[in-house]
Amino acid sequence: MNDFSTQLGGRGLYIQTGPFCVHLQSSIATVADGITQLYSEYPSFKEKDFADFHIHLDTVAGIRRLIRPQVQFSFDGYIPFKPLPLDQAFPMFEWGLNWCVANNIHEYLIIHAAVIEKNGVAAILPAPPGSGKSTLCAALVNRGWRLFSDELAMFCLRTRMLVPLPRPVNLKNNSINLIKNYAPEAIFGREVSDTNKGTVAHMKAPTESILRAAEAALPSWIIMPRYQEGAKPVLESRPKAQTCMDLAQNSFNYSLLAEDGFLAISELIDKCDCYDFTYSQLDDAIKIFDDLELPQ
Amino acid sequence: MSNQSDLLATCISRPEQLCQLSLKEWDFLIRQARRVSLLPRIAYLAHETGCYQTLPASVVMHLSSAWRVADKQAKVVRFEISNIEKALKQLKSPVVLLKGAAYVAADLPPAKGRIFSDIDFMVPKSDLEMVERYMIRHGWMATHHDEYDQRYYRQWMHELPPMKHTGRGTVVDIHHAILPETARLHPDSEKLLDNIQRVTGYENIYTLSNIDIVLHSATHLFHDGELENGLRDLVDLDALLRHFGEEQKFWDELVERAAELELGRPLYYSLKYCSLVLNTPVPDVVTKAAEALGKPPAVISHLMDTSFKRALKPDHSTCDDGFTPLARWLLYIRSHYLRMPLYLLIPHLLRKALKKHKTEAPLAAIPEIEKP
Repeated sequence: MNDFSTQLGGRGLYIQTGPFCVHLQSSIATVADGITQLYSEYPSFKEKDFADFHIHLDTVAGIRRLIRPQVQFSFDGYIPFKPLPLDQAFPMFEWGLNWCVANNIHEYLIIHAAVIEKNGVAAILPAPPGSGKSTLCAALVNRGWRLFSDELAMFCLRTRMLVPLPRPVNLKNNSINLIKNYAPEAIFGREVSDTNKGTVAHMKAPTESILRAAEAALPSWIIMPRYQEGAKPVLESRPKAQTCMDLAQNSFNYSLLAEDGFLAISELIDKCDCYDFTYSQLDDAIKIFDDLELPQ
Repeated sequence: MSNQSDLLATCISRPEQLCQLSLKEWDFLIRQARRVSLLPRIAYLAHETGCYQTLPASVVMHLSSAWRVADKQAKVVRFEISNIEKALKQLKSPVVLLKGAAYVAADLPPAKGRIFSDIDFMVPKSDLEMVERYMIRHGWMATHHDEYDQRYYRQWMHELPPMKHTGRGTVVDIHHAILPETARLHPDSEKLLDNIQRVTGYENIYTLSNIDIVLHSATHLFHDGELENGLRDLVDLDALLRHFGEEQKFWDELVERAAELELGRPLYYSLKYCSLVLNTPVPDVVTKAAEALGKPPAVISHLMDTSFKRALKPDHSTCDDGFTPLARWLLYIRSHYLRMPLYLLIPHLLRKALKKHKTEAPLAAIPEIEKP
């Protein structure tokens, strides 16, 4: 099973995730474990001519290593972040890869949002941290929706479609057990405590999402989820103008894309029905999502 | 392709090579170019050669992404030049753009696919305080609040502490000379200001003369910088020399002007390494004259050669040999040595080292995705 660790510690492993090929090198055991648990179903290669991102995760050298070992994320020799405690190596890979995509890929309008799909049409769930976006996304993809991403909505400027980047779903604190109970069959990586986001764990993307990673979808709904304890599920129409501003604000490269960014967001807003969604029970949420009507 | 550490330089001097690269070579090229801020330049060259459409999709994705970044930056730079002109409209003296901002404003060849970190301009030293006040009034604020940093810039450097716009975040460097007051060479700012040329479309925005643009670029790379973007700066120089060099008059006056401004040494290095690394065409008589004016004694020349040849390669794992770290360290020390006398330099470097140590406490910054 653990054939990845030799490869990762040596010449590295090439993993295809969505449109990107990631070349990962790391001798850290928890990274190899995370990759083995969560990436075994992705196309992977021992050798490849081209990779989009060359990533190293290594322990930081120096005396501190003996007392408080740390991990450093390197994007092909460039160090974008301060080191983190060694225990957080795998989450750091996931966060760092998000950073690589959001900062270097501009053939897509990229929005900080979860995206899920059913029957060829997709919902975009942009939301600030703490709104329960990842939790809701994890629940939906365990009940028949296909995972595109829990973090990065990618709207292709060429094909005008949403493109999947199905990677492990990052869950925090109470959400971890909530989803473990809600979907006992879901596979989880190791829980890592005391990160800046509290305790985090990654849930493996459902097999079907991984296998169908090349299938894009049309955007149909933009839904701003908000978890509120004890609330009844309410799906309310949301002004398009306001949603347009919110999407722009949650986009990583809207301003960089200039006119193309504006046209892309306008198109998303035109094509999609926009909603606010308040909920407290996941089952209520699933029902409402399954009953969504296609935009006219 | 001959040697992977020469891949980037080869593709820049002979862009038609881009049409024949294997996927593996593209992998190396994209990584090296990204490291030295030349990826958008490669995108531009691939476009010019006409082979862009035939490239593999994954290559195109990275090239066009990089191109978008450079394109956006050029727009921002043009916008900020107008803002600077507005902010300084009461200024009687000229505002002279330097480096990247000058290339963009005057539409010079190095502007195509160039990455910026800030906007540089020069004003007469006597107007510096007034310029600073106008800039503050229009939303730019000093970035270095530390008392020592303030003194470092104001007393010793050739520029004010960088100013950042509070709303838009753009950074401007306001110079009164092209080298620090404490530096070993003293190109006379008044002589530079005597030959400036107005940029079409602006009232009070200027660039240096063509020759002085080249000499400033040369000085920046070979007398002032730490060469972290060495190859990118050499590519700027190469593009300038090829462009201005179409006129014989440029070559006729280049060396003499360098002598007048005390910039013979940087000019000599520039011509040498441009032709060595990027095959820049330089007339023999100019090469010889620059040698006579600026070639250092043999021992130094040899040491510099060993160092520059390494430091002018991309700072990337695919380009380093065993001596690269030493070469970069030597050039780092050299850049500081040239910048100020030892009695100022040693306390300064000590202070820098201590300060760095202080902030290096185990900060667990969230590696959340950075918003641009």
